[in-house]
Amino acid sequence: MLSARHLPILAFIAVVIGVQFLAQLTGKEFFLTQLTMTAYYSLVIVGLCVLMGFAGQISLGHAGFFAIGGYTSAVLTTLDLMPQRERTFIALLVKLKVIGVRPDLYGGTVLTIHPWIACLIAILLTIVIAYAIGIPVLRLKGHYLAMATLGFGTIIYSIVLGTQRFGAADGISNVPPFQLLPGLSVSGASGARIQNYYVAWGLVVVAMVLLGNLIDSRVGRALRSIHSAEDAASAMGVDTARYKLNAFILSSVLAAIAGVFLTHFNGSIGPSQASIMKSVRYVAIVAVGGMASLWGTLLMGSILNFLSLRGYFGIFDDAVFGGILILIMLFSPEGILRFNLIGIAKQFLHRVQGSKDAA
Amino acid sequence: MVLLDVRNISKRFGGLQAVKAVSFVVEQGMIKAVIGPNGAGKTTLFNLLSGFLLPDTGTILFNGEPIHGRPPYQAAARGLARTFQHIKLFSQMTALENVMVGCHVWSRAGFLAGMLHLPRTWQEEREIRESAHDLMDFFGVASLADIEATSLSYGQQRAVELARACAAEPTMLLLDEPAAGLNMRETADIARLILKIRDRGVTVLIVEHDMSLVMNISDEIIVLSYGEKIADAKPGSIQKNPDVVRVYLGEDDA
Amino acid sequence: MFIELFLQYLVAGLTYGTIYAIVGIGFNIIYNTTGIINFAQGEFVMLGGMTAVTLYGFMPLPAAILGAVLITMVIGALIEITFIRWLVKPTVVRMIIITIGISILVREAALCLWGEGVRSLPYFSGNEITALAIGEVRVSPQVLWTLGVCTVIVILLNIFFRFTMLGREMRACAANRDAAALCGIPTKNMVTLSFILSAGIGALAGCVVSPITYTQYNIGTGLAIKGFTVAILGGLGNSMAAVAAGFILGILESFSIWVMPTAYKDAIAISILLVILFVRPSGLFGNREMLRLKEF
Repeated sequence: MLSARHLPILAFIAVVIGVQFLAQLTGKEFFLTQLTMTAYYSLVIVGLCVLMGFAGQISLGHAGFFAIGGYTSAVLTTLDLMPQRERTFIALLVKLKVIGVRPDLYGGTVLTIHPWIACLIAILLTIVIAYAIGIPVLRLKGHYLAMATLGFGTIIYSIVLGTQRFGAADGISNVPPFQLLPGLSVSGASGARIQNYYVAWGLVVVAMVLLGNLIDSRVGRALRSIHSAEDAASAMGVDTARYKLNAFILSSVLAAIAGVFLTHFNGSIGPSQASIMKSVRYVAIVAVGGMASLWGTLLMGSILNFLSLRGYFGIFDDAVFGGILILIMLFSPEGILRFNLIGIAKQFLHRVQGSKDAA
Repeated sequence: MVLLDVRNISKRFGGLQAVKAVSFVVEQGMIKAVIGPNGAGKTTLFNLLSGFLLPDTGTILFNGEPIHGRPPYQAAARGLARTFQHIKLFSQMTALENVMVGCHVWSRAGFLAGMLHLPRTWQEEREIRESAHDLMDFFGVASLADIEATSLSYGQQRAVELARACAAEPTMLLLDEPAAGLNMRETADIARLILKIRDRGVTVLIVEHDMSLVMNISDEIIVLSYGEKIADAKPGSIQKNPDVVRVYLGEDDA
Repeated sequence: MFIELFLQYLVAGLTYGTIYAIVGIGFNIIYNTTGIINFAQGEFVMLGGMTAVTLYGFMPLPAAILGAVLITMVIGALIEITFIRWLVKPTVVRMIIITIGISILVREAALCLWGEGVRSLPYFSGNEITALAIGEVRVSPQVLWTLGVCTVIVILLNIFFRFTMLGREMRACAANRDAAALCGIPTKNMVTLSFILSAGIGALAGCVVSPITYTQYNIGTGLAIKGFTVAILGGLGNSMAAVAAGFILGILESFSIWVMPTAYKDAIAISILLVILFVRPSGLFGNREMLRLKEF
C-alpha cells in the first residue's frame, strides 16, 4: 500500500513530531504557540497554492475568506441567546444541542451556539459567497482578475472594520474554546498547547494528503492544463469555468477553516485578519515557495510566518513581504527552490553585452 | 451519412466579414480539406465549428444535433476534437500527461474522488494511462512520454498534439494547419498519420496551406476566398477550376 | 437648505473626483505605453503631498510644490529603471505582483520617513474657513485650486500628446511598440517617460488636494484602487473618459454618505469596480471588440 509517493508526507509527519519534542527538550514550549498559528496560516497558503499555482488564478483577496470563516464562528459562538431562551425556536435548538449553556469570562452563564455548528455554518457561508463571487470574477483574466479579488478582499475588510456587530476596530474577543472531542479542545489554554499543536498540524497533514492526491489526479491535470493553455484545455473537453470555480471554492474553504480554528485558538479575531496586507502576504509566500509546488510553498510559508510571528522582522514586517515579492518576481518567478543563479548571471551578462554592442 | 452539416454560417468582426454564408457537409469516414489564400476565413471557420466563436447567422449540426454557439468543451464531449495552428501543448506537463488530458472527456473522477483517491478511480487512472501510452505508440512518439512537452521538437510536438486530440476518441477531428512549420519529410509523415487516423474510423476536416498534402490525402476539398465558399469538389476538379486558379494566382494580365 | 446640502455634496464629489481622475489618467499613461497596470500609482500622490509638506518647512509654498513634483518624478523614473526596465517579456501576473511589491515598499519607506502622522499643506489662498460664495454654495478656494489645477493638467496633457513630437512618439509606442522601435523611437525611454509623467501629475494632484483631504503614509492603496476603478470605468487607456469617470465615481461616493454610514464609503468605489468588471469590463466608453482582442 505504501509507496514512494507517500514519502514526503511521512517525512513531514516525522518533522512535525520532531519539532515538538525539540521544543520540549530545549524548554522553548512557548514556541509551540507560534508554531500552531503558523500551521493555520499554512492551511490558507497551500489552498491558495492550488488556486494560483495549479489552476492559475491569482487571488489578492484570500484573507477575506479567512475573515469570513473566523468572524462567522466568532459572532455565532459569542452571541448570547440567554435573553431569548423562552422562545420556542430557541428552546428547540437547546433540545437539539445546537446551542448550549456555557460559562462566560465573568462567571455568569451564556447561551451560545455550539462551535461545531458555528464551524459548519461558517463553511457553508464561505461556499455560498465563494460561489457567488467566483462565477463573475473567474471570467476575468490578468489585471482584471487581480483587481476584482483585491476589491473583494477590501469589501470584506470594510465590512468587518465598519460594523459594530463585528466589533469594528476592536474585533471580537472572548471566543470560547472549540471542543472537537471530549478532552480535545482548540483553545489558547497554556495547558493545552501540545494538543493544539497536533490538531493544527494534523489539519495541515490532512490538507496536504488531499491536495497532493488532487494534483496527481484527473482533476489536477485538468487544472494544470487550464493554467497552461485555457483554450486547448477547453477544446479537450475540460469545463474550464466549472473547474476554476471549484478550485476557487476549495481554496476559500481551506482559508475559512483556518480562520475558524485560529479564531478559537486565539480566542479572538480582529479586522487586520481581513486586510490587504494579509492577502498580499499569502500571495508572496505562494510566489516564493514556487507557485506550482505544494511542499515548497508549505516550507517557505512555515518558515516565513514563524519568523514573522516571533517578531524577527520587527517593524519591517510588511516591508519584508513586499520586498520578497519583488525579489522573487524579478529574479526567480518559479520560486526560490528553482532559483537559477547561473541563468540570471547569464541574462545579466547578455544585457551588458547587448548594450555594449548597441553603443 | 452526413456527420457535419454547416448551413449558412456567417461571422463579422466590426468592418470585416470574415465568413459569409458558408454551407457544406462532411460525410462520415472522409477526409475533407478547407483551403484558400491567407485571410480567406479558414481559421475563423474552425473557431466557429469548435465553439470558440459564436456565429452571427446559420447553424451547425453535428451528428444531427446543433452545436453552434456551444462552448468548446461541449463540442469535445460530443465527439468533435481539434488541434491548433500554433501548437498549444500544455507546458510544465510531460507529453504523456498532455495526452492523458485528452482522455478527459470519457473519464469521470471529480474533485472529491480525486482528493480522496477513491478505489474506483484507480482503475480509471490506469485505463487513462494505458490509453495514452497506446496512442503515443500509434503516433510513434512513445519514447517521448516523460519529456516536458514544450521542449520537444516541432515535429514531435505536432505528433503529441495529434495523439492528444485522438485520446478524446472523437468521431471527427478538426486539424488546423497540421503541416505548418514542417519540412517535406515531416509533412509526408503527418499525411501518413492522418490516413491512419481515418482508417481507425475518424472523420477528418483539415485546414491547410500545403497543396501536396491536401491533394494527396483529401477526398473532397472546399475553397474559401474572402470568407465565401467558391468551390466544393474532388481534388481533380478543384485543380481545374478556373475560379480557384484565379483566386490563388491572380488574373492574367493580358 | 436641501439644495445647499445637495450642492455641498456635489462639490465634494467633484473635488475627490478630479483626484481620482488624475490617478486614473496616470494609470492610463503607463498602461498605454507599456501594457502594465502600475499598482503603485497611488503612492505618487502620497509622495507628492508628503514631500511638499517636508519641503515647505524651509521653502516658500510654490517652490515646495515644484520640488515635490520633481522629486516624485525622479522616484518614478528610478522605479522604472530599477524594477521594470530589464524584465524580458514579463507575464501579467508577474508585473502585477512586482508593482504591488513596489507600492508596499514605497509605503513602508514613507512610514519610516514620516511616521504615522497626518499632514497637510497650508491652503493655497486663504485658510480653512475662507469660503467663496458661488451661487447658493459656499466653496473653499482650495476646491477651485484643485479643479483648476487638474483641468490645466488635462489640457496640457492633451496638447502634449497631440501636438508635440515627444507626445506623438509616446502614442506611437503605445499603439505598436515594435513598429515604433523600427521608426527609431527609443521605446525604452518612452517607458521611463511615461512613469515620470504619471508620477508628476500624481504628485501635483497630491499637493493641491492635501489641504482638504490631508496626507498620510497609507493613502496610496485606497487611491490606487479608486484610480483603477476610474480608469476601467472610462475604458482602460482612454484618458478623457477617465475624467468623466472620475467625476461619476466622486459624486456617487459623495452621495453615498447620505444613505449609508461613512465607514462603508470605500466599499462604494469597490462595488462599482466589481460591477463594471462583471458587466462591462471595456468600460462605459470602451470598445468591446478591442477588449476581446487584447491579450492578458
